[in-house]
Amino acid sequence: MRRPFIRTLTELARKDERIVLLTADLGFMALETFSESFPDRFFNVGVSEQNMMGVATGLAEAGFIPFVYSIVPFAVLRPYEFIRNGPMDHALPVRIIGIGGGFDYGTNGISHYGLEDIGILRILPGMNIVAPADHLQACEALKSTWNLPMPVYYRLGKDEVNTIAGLDGRFEFAIPQLIGKGTDILIVSIGNVTNEAAEALKILEGRGVQGTLMVVSHIHDSMRDNLADVLKMFCLAITVEGHFVNGGLGSLISEVVAENGLPCKVLRCGVRTFPNGLSGSQSCMHTLNGISGRQIAEKGLELLGKMPGE
Amino acid sequence: MDRLSADCRRIILEQSKRANVGHIGSALSVVDIITALYMRVLRIPSPGDPDRDRFILSKGHAALALYAAFYMKKWLNQEELNTYCCNESYLGVHPDHKLKGIDFSTGSLGMGLTMGAGAALAARMQTSKRRVFVLLSDAECNEGSVWEAAMFSAHHGLDNLIAIIDLNGQQALGYTRNVLAMNSMSERWRAFGWDARDVDGHDIQAMTDTIETLKETRGIPHVLIAHTTFGKGVSFMERQIKWHYMPMNDEEYEIALREIDHRA
Repeated sequence: MRRPFIRTLTELARKDERIVLLTADLGFMALETFSESFPDRFFNVGVSEQNMMGVATGLAEAGFIPFVYSIVPFAVLRPYEFIRNGPMDHALPVRIIGIGGGFDYGTNGISHYGLEDIGILRILPGMNIVAPADHLQACEALKSTWNLPMPVYYRLGKDEVNTIAGLDGRFEFAIPQLIGKGTDILIVSIGNVTNEAAEALKILEGRGVQGTLMVVSHIHDSMRDNLADVLKMFCLAITVEGHFVNGGLGSLISEVVAENGLPCKVLRCGVRTFPNGLSGSQSCMHTLNGISGRQIAEKGLELLGKMPGE
Repeated sequence: MDRLSADCRRIILEQSKRANVGHIGSALSVVDIITALYMRVLRIPSPGDPDRDRFILSKGHAALALYAAFYMKKWLNQEELNTYCCNESYLGVHPDHKLKGIDFSTGSLGMGLTMGAGAALAARMQTSKRRVFVLLSDAECNEGSVWEAAMFSAHHGLDNLIAIIDLNGQQALGYTRNVLAMNSMSERWRAFGWDARDVDGHDIQAMTDTIETLKETRGIPHVLIAHTTFGKGVSFMERQIKWHYMPMNDEEYEIALREIDHRA
């Protein structure tokens, strides 16, 4: 999603001089569209994510809209306190671009996985988390959120080829996007594992289960009622995330179900154990952690009382 | 002792006694630096002016010295000052940007210079002549992020950025030489590409004069290594670790006030 996203950002920067892009020395073959168009508004700060966040805070206080760029854990975990005390506390429009998320950097190992970013950011009241399901949605999401007054975190997967059928790049502020009209089961997904969720839905349909896919691409305090409006139509929901199972999407959905007293069972599919040193492709890591499309579908069948082999 | 500094010291003692809180020694360490900045150096037509000089108290725990300066500037009245550390007050132990005059909230060490670097870069991009001053403690330089910001500022030649190190040789639990030695402070900054000047951190005229000459050195950021005495002005607090945290009892308070008035 990086290159289409940065192309869109470059177009926005053409119209608005407040947009500045900072990177902590990452983004080879991804940021050139911007850096070559606006060399005076592009800064490689070096390998220093804490300073990058502080600099962005100082720039934003003076009226700029700084975008800071790195791989998810370096963009979020390393400078977390700088995010909290900087743009959050000062209510400034700093934008954090985290590349990867989940197991997108599969063979790179634990240092590059993004398994807790959504959890630790969504607990900050006022924070916007934008986790697009594909590159089309990433560009639409940027167009509708770049000028928000509060901080925004963009969690961008690396895939910029495949798209989610039926999503057609739709993105709306605080509103989840629905694909399908089945009522047997709701599959809820976020970001770059939505392809696995969509695959699960397809497998379920082949077994006679009609489901709906709810793509949550924007997390914000204001969107809980919109989630409840969908959840109240289902008895069974499976959440899917490339994230530790606690704190992220599954926890959010469980909170909404509990707070609204909805009669909906929630099964959370996410990463349940700390990575044990084994690495591999994103798809391999999904299977190792039980969040491949097939595994999600099997869990759904089990819950619906249908044996996987039936 | 400068009359203004003595007045600010009296406010620091009065308010910390009234609120029964500590950090007195740190506030007394920086009070002359803050007096010099707010009374002589900073160009602030009004606290909300976008083109004002910025000031960041990176060692946020000395905020009481800042509130004293705000009172002298008439940005705070006595009634507001008297809410220091009270319930539902914007005047907490550490400065909050919701208080008029505070540009950036601080309190967690190692962040101020990074924000200051961004503020200085912003000023340059907006072709503004405004300057950015950041006051750090010497022990704060234990934080790696200080040096990230130091490298960035030097690389980008941010000569509108002026850091001031409150070199009192102390930190929360001991003397810096025993905790984590920060000797040769000015050489450390020079090695990072900064224009470093040693100055007496209690001599308002000397600091004002030094800052005035900085504009002659272009293309690199500036740092004043301000040699200070922790607890300066109250003999029994000077260089004593316990006054990082301790509040005063009645007797100590009376002695401290007498010393300040006597020296003024």
